[in-house]
This record gives sequence, structure tokens and C-alpha cells, in this order.
Amino acid sequence: MTLSFIVLAVLTVAGMAAAMGLRNAIHCVLALTLGFAGVAALYLQLGAQFVGLAQIMVYVGAVAILAVFAIMMTHSPESAKSPVFSSHWVMGGVVGMAVFAVLARTIRSNPLCAAGMPPQPEASVQQIGDALMHRYVLPLEIMGLLLTAALIGAVVIAMDRKEEMK
Amino acid sequence: MIHLVQLAQPLDQIFVIAKRWLLSYLPAALQPLCSAVLSVAAILIAFATLFALTTLLERKGLGRMQNRYGPNRVGPWGILQPIADGVKSLTKEDIVPITADHVVHFLAPVLLVTASFMGYAVLPIGRNMVLVDLNAGVLFFFAVGSMMELAVFMAGWSSRSKYSLLGAMRAIAQMISYEVPLVLASIVVIMQAGSLSTVAIVNMQAAYTGIWPHWFVFTPWGFAGFVLFMVAATAESNRSPFDLPEGESEIIAGYYTEYSGFKFALFFLGEYIGMFATSGMAITLFLGGWSAPFAFLTWVPSYVWFFAKLLAIISVFIWIRGTLPRLRMDQLMNLAWEFMLPMTLLNLLTSGVWHFMPGGSLRWFVCSTMVVVPCILLSRGLKHKKKFQVRTYHYSE
Repeated sequence: MTLSFIVLAVLTVAGMAAAMGLRNAIHCVLALTLGFAGVAALYLQLGAQFVGLAQIMVYVGAVAILAVFAIMMTHSPESAKSPVFSSHWVMGGVVGMAVFAVLARTIRSNPLCAAGMPPQPEASVQQIGDALMHRYVLPLEIMGLLLTAALIGAVVIAMDRKEEMK
Repeated sequence: MIHLVQLAQPLDQIFVIAKRWLLSYLPAALQPLCSAVLSVAAILIAFATLFALTTLLERKGLGRMQNRYGPNRVGPWGILQPIADGVKSLTKEDIVPITADHVVHFLAPVLLVTASFMGYAVLPIGRNMVLVDLNAGVLFFFAVGSMMELAVFMAGWSSRSKYSLLGAMRAIAQMISYEVPLVLASIVVIMQAGSLSTVAIVNMQAAYTGIWPHWFVFTPWGFAGFVLFMVAATAESNRSPFDLPEGESEIIAGYYTEYSGFKFALFFLGEYIGMFATSGMAITLFLGGWSAPFAFLTWVPSYVWFFAKLLAIISVFIWIRGTLPRLRMDQLMNLAWEFMLPMTLLNLLTSGVWHFMPGGSLRWFVCSTMVVVPCILLSRGLKHKKKFQVRTYHYSE
């Protein structure tokens, strides 16, 4: 556990905790973005450059903006007056701890975990590209098709609304 | 001439040698940290100075284009004007609106400047002069660039002002729309170079045939890519004619309307630093980075070429700002989605054809046709779609 890992872990956990605890929805999204950036930095620290940078590009650059716009379009700008924590927070905490315990136990009992830290694999962008273009080309194409369909669908929905308004 | 060539090698590496010499006095444990600090300080100082120089150049250049003198009171020919501006912005009162969200309002300019400076980490400014040679350098550049949108949103939203929010909405819509052609235009270079490392891309272009360099801009796909990249870069940095987010006559100053004093100066700085970074990326990708434009000029230090190219691009930016009027929002979006996006996609195809065809004049002919004909057809098609007529405004009658 190096110093940089501790700093990044604290940053990520603090960001995620603030995302749940803050009153203003926009503040929550900004805190969530901090958490995303912390996760991306953890990926980078592990030597996974492509995953880390893609995480920043997608989550910090796009998802955060999308969430912020969604909140602004649907939510009133005033912060909520009602208490942030619901009255069932004890039950919620128990369920959360239980899930954490199950996950932690499963991970700890995995033989991979007992074997210790494997040597850092060299996953260069070139290797990821090779894998995507040769072995995983079919899933990649299907994903592309799916995303294109979603894009066209979004455009169609937006066009229909324009017709109705006329 | 021989003496000159012998002198050129150490002069080219003078900063690298100086840094190594300074570090040799430190204990080995401190060296990596101090090396990074020295490089970062050098980048900060060099580009902040360039920012000061550019503000003066821009005001002078725009003044000349508008038959004015421009600043000429502080120092000879007004060259000390940036210092006066800096002192002024430092001493001005920092006003924060009472309804503003204070924390976010404070963080927005900090995040903007940080994000805009981070891109320089992967720009090779000279031979062996790059902060980090990342395996995925180009990806890093665009990843930190996308953080600027968040800073713009934070500034616009936290000010609690309609002008700020409108400006932020416009800016984010524009930046997201033009990020697509920006990234797609640079992918052609990555396809040809086969690497995401900026150093590898520049090294590939630093070769010569006769006296002519192997810059990617001197190929059909490279030229089209460069033009598309620069148009998208102009929009990304919110400069005229794409300056709707800060159109003074429409929404005052857009997302930084409610900022004053040094925070305003930080926004100004962040915007220019971002513009230099994107221009630097264009130089790295298409204009050969630090390599000399002719084989017989390689004795000139490499960093001189980088900054000469950067200044040339800045001059073109100023020239365009003095020439073109501002676009309307629909024109802006139409240009991005109906012209830029199809052209960048076609350019990807052209780049592929170039890669697989044998070299020669036939390849040149085919690839040039693939770029020029769709460009003409697309722009003619878009022109025909528009009905030109006398425009009447709803509220002016």
C-alpha cells in the first residue's frame, strides 16, 4: 500500500460518500465526478492507461455532464428542504454491511487472492487494439451496431417531439 | 558552416543538458521529484509568458485590422501592457454574487486552469523535451480536455445568473458537438503512425525526402484532417467565429459574467492556454512537431520550430477573429453535424485507402479525389438546402 494509493483511495471514498450525503443534487453529481476521477487515477496507478483515460473521458467528460443536465431539466434549482437521510437508514446500513461482508469474504477466499500480487501485466493500447480487432471483433461490431441503433432511436424520438410541438 | 552545425547539437539540447546539470547536485532520492518540478515550472513559465505576449499581439493585431492603433501607452509600442493588465486584475476587488454557490464558484476557475495546463504533459516541445512520454499520449490529451466542460458548467451554474447559465449551456453544447470531429480528425494520424504516443508520432514525421519533410499535412488525408482539426479546435477554444458562448453583445461574457478580478483573469488564461494546447496538438499531429520545415534548416534548435509554428497558428487565429462574424447557434450545429462529421468519417476511409494502395501518383490522385469531391458536393448540397431570401424577424416588424 503506497502513499499514492492511500491518497487516491481516500479521495475516491470521500467523493462517493459526499455524493450520497450532500443536499444539493448538483453538488452530489460533482462529488460523484470526483469519485470517478479517483477511480480513474487508481486505474492509471495500476498501469492500465487505456482504461484509466477512457474512464476520465467517458465518466468525467460525458456522464457527469449528462447527469448534471438531466438534473437541471427535471429538478427545481432550490436545494431540498427535507432531510437527506431517509428514516430507514439503519436498515440500509445493515443491508450495505451485509453485502460488503459477502463480497469481501468471497474475494478473500478466492485462491487468486492467496497467491499474492501477480506481476504487473503489460497491457499497452496496441495490445488492446489487437485483441479488439482480432479475437473480440464480433462483440465489438455488435456493440457498435447497438450504439448506432440507440443513436438513431434518440434522433427519432427528438424529431417526433418537434412535430408534435408544431 | 561546419562550426555552426557542431554548435547546433548542444544548443538544441541546452535545456535538457541544463536540467541534467542542475539535478546532478541533488541526492539521487530527490532527483525524480525535482526533475518533474523543474519541467512543470518551465512549462508554466513558458506558456504563461506566451499568453501575455499573445494578449498584446491580439490587441495590436485586431486594432490594426479595425484601423486603430491598439495599446500603445505602457512602454515602447505598448509592450508592457500585459504587466499593467496583470497588476490591474490582481488589485481589483473579487466580487462574488450573494446568491452564488461559493465553493463551486471558487473551484471552477481553478479546475479550468488545471485542466488546460495538464494537456502540455504530453506535448513534445523539442527533441527530448516532453514531460511524460505516455503510451496513450493522445488519449490523455483528449481526456484532460474533456474535463474543461465540467469546469465551464461549474462556473455557469454556480453564478446563479441567467447569462452565466445560458453561456455555459451554449459552451457545453458546442464543446461536445465539436469534440467528435476533433477526435475523429486526429484518428487518421493515429491510424497512419500506428501509435498513440506523441513522441513516436513526431519522430515519424522528422524525416526528409530531398529537402521536403514527411509531415502528415502534406498528404490528402493529412491536409483535410488538419483543416478539420483546426476548425474544431477554434470551436473548442470558443474563439471567433465560434464565440457564441461568450458573445459580448448577446450574453455579456457567457459563463464567466459573474467573475471579477483575478478569477476573471484565470478564465482568460485558461482559455488561451487551452487554445495553445490544442494548437500544439495540431502541430504535433500534422505539422511535424519540433521538426524543421526544410532539411537544410535542421541546425536551428527544435524548440524554436515548435514555438514558431505555434505563433504562426496564433496569428491565423487572430486574423480569423478580425475577419469573420459570429455564427448563429443553428449554423454552428449544422456545420458540426452535417459537414464536419461526414467529412471526418470520409477522411478515415481515405486514410485507410492511402495505407493499402501502393505509393505513387495514382494513390495521390485517388485520395485527393476522395477528399475534394465529397467536400464540394457536401458544401453545395448544404447551400442548396438553404433558401436564400430576405429575412424578416418576428419582433422587428
